[in-house]
Amino acid sequence: MTTATQRPEVNAALTKEQLLRMYRRMYSIRQFEEHANDLYLRALMPGLTHLYEGEEAVAVGICEALRPDDYITSTHRGHGHCLAKGAAPNRMFAELLGKEAGYCRGKGGSMHIADPATGNLGANAIVGGSAGIATGAAFSAKKLGNGRICVCFFGEGALGQGVLYEVMNMAQLWKLPVIYACENNMYNEYTHYSETTSGDILSRPAAFGLPAESVDGQDVRAVHGAASRFVEHARAGAGPAFLLCNTYRYRGHHVGDINREYYRAKQEEQRWSSERDPINILGDWLVQQTLADSAQLERIQTEVKAEMNAAMEFAIAAPYPTVDEAEQDVYA
Amino acid sequence: MPETAAQTTVRELTFGEAIREALAEEMRRDARVCVIGEDVAEAGTPFKVLSGLVEEFGKERVIDTPISEPGFTGIGVGAAMTGLRPVVDIMFGDFLTLVMDQMVNQAAKIHYMSGGTWKVPMVFRATMGATRRSAAQHSQSLHAWPSHIPGLKVVLPSTPYDAKGLLKTAIRDDNPVVFFEDKMMYRLKGPVPSEEYAIPFGVADIKRAGTDITLVATSSMVQVASGAAKLLEEIGISAEIVDPRTMWPLDEKTLIESAKKTSRAIVIDEGYHRYGVTAEIASVIAEGAFYNLDGPVKRIGAMHVPIPFSPPLEDATVPSEKQVFEAARQLCGKS
Ligand SMILES: Cc1ncc(C[n+]2csc(CCOP(=O)(O)OP(=O)(O)O)c2C)c(N)n1
Ligand SMILES: [Mg+2]
Repeated sequence: MTTATQRPEVNAALTKEQLLRMYRRMYSIRQFEEHANDLYLRALMPGLTHLYEGEEAVAVGICEALRPDDYITSTHRGHGHCLAKGAAPNRMFAELLGKEAGYCRGKGGSMHIADPATGNLGANAIVGGSAGIATGAAFSAKKLGNGRICVCFFGEGALGQGVLYEVMNMAQLWKLPVIYACENNMYNEYTHYSETTSGDILSRPAAFGLPAESVDGQDVRAVHGAASRFVEHARAGAGPAFLLCNTYRYRGHHVGDINREYYRAKQEEQRWSSERDPINILGDWLVQQTLADSAQLERIQTEVKAEMNAAMEFAIAAPYPTVDEAEQDVYA
Repeated sequence: MPETAAQTTVRELTFGEAIREALAEEMRRDARVCVIGEDVAEAGTPFKVLSGLVEEFGKERVIDTPISEPGFTGIGVGAAMTGLRPVVDIMFGDFLTLVMDQMVNQAAKIHYMSGGTWKVPMVFRATMGATRRSAAQHSQSLHAWPSHIPGLKVVLPSTPYDAKGLLKTAIRDDNPVVFFEDKMMYRLKGPVPSEEYAIPFGVADIKRAGTDITLVATSSMVQVASGAAKLLEEIGISAEIVDPRTMWPLDEKTLIESAKKTSRAIVIDEGYHRYGVTAEIASVIAEGAFYNLDGPVKRIGAMHVPIPFSPPLEDATVPSEKQVFEAARQLCGKS
């Protein structure tokens, strides 16, 4: 069994192309979220949304280790997962605005983006709600022998949900190709996870015999390395694994959560964004290694910004579904 | 408003404030009352309904939990059986699905199964109501579910006054009570006396007197019915609005009497139309007032679809003033 203390030494080798793609993807997520926040502030977005800023390396590092036909399940904080798995930002923005061109024809919204074409089984607004679905996808992949695996993304808050332990047990019993990716951003809504989580997190999956590892979730190369090993493990038929990614959300629990001092200090937020930013960490490393220069990175940023702007404008201009859409697709 | 309210010092409180005040008063009165749920303490729930309670009563009585609904609800059941009076907070009524075993197989049945020896004096506070743009898993009105279960009492207040008086009764009741708050009403203001009062279960309230048609409405649908009643008045139809306030116990007498008087009835509720509470209430009226009715009892509920996110779609799924107005106009034979 792999544990945090016995980490395999070698990271999967990353090509320059992959590294730059991960940089672009992380920056795309950052920009997508900035635009989503902007839509909220301009009162163009119905309801609230949960932003992924600060956590980009988790989704991008893991999804870079996947095949296009592999599955993911996502959460209420799901934009990063969808984009990292290859979703198109224009259709995502359209979904956030409840437009017909959205991934769910406007019926799902920010918390329910799903896309079979990229293996996205759906974001879920029930904490822990996708643990069963993810394990079921791994179950079918094994039965059908199609070589796919599934990554179940969830926040550390979902560690409170019993269903997670039920499915981890079965996944290990039946050696299902599923990776439980726990994004520990340290807060369950407005409560620090230390107040809701007893004991040692990794000991929980370890008790079921799952290989379990903790990784710096701000370092996309580290995330990718750990994820790649678990992907290989799962694909080889050796069963499930648990990856604990330590990270931080920069913004509020949702876009309306502005005054946060009662549950976390401003200095803490500033420390993470100035010292532990996943995009800067990779960018600095790329420059240091002379794999990219700052002009090249700026060019990527400019391109991404233009792309996100166009995607957002597409969504703003897109029409709402007609009212009869409400009764479509209740049954298959 | 009931007379008692008019005679005493009356303040304007929001629906949320009325709930907080009921909880605070009951917690002062009875040291066994405690609140348990996710982000109920410093955060005061995402809706800020419980703000200030932890400051007064401390973390021993306003208890933050992990995101473990079945677990903390089960703890509530056990604690209720053994000397406390827990008020369990189910942040979104949609999460009742997660606690069904604790609520339905445990809390609801324990008194009966134990031959009346154990009691489960607890309250489940849950939200309901759509149009908040929260999509299919955070917008449902699931009060028909517990209403179907013997052993549970189910409360749906529609005004700040009712919310406070009914919550106090819920906390003092020796049975599990499921208390539904429409999250879109938390900021709704209304008169609430500062003097002590409680509202008994099983007593419907006539929110508006009328002679031509009875509109039975629950929770936020009372506002929808009120809007419709104003429109109906303009075309010469006098609508009576009856709010049952509790789904169980149900004040069948008041419902039947009103329908007998007006000879027509429409039942409006935000839960699903199919197999919803409107069906039960309509059948009570149909049976009890049959010989006095001039037409079939009509029902208006949510469209039978998961609540869609997109605003124009979501709005179309819940009963509207216009829909109630049209149905009432037709039933009264007015063009
Ligand atoms: C079963 C369930 N309980 C409660 C909620 C309300 N809720 C939404 S997000 C959230 C906190 C989730 O924390 P975490 O899993 O750590 O994810 P994060 O928001 O930090 O990404 C809560 C309690 C919910 N959606 N589902
Ligand atoms: Mg978290």
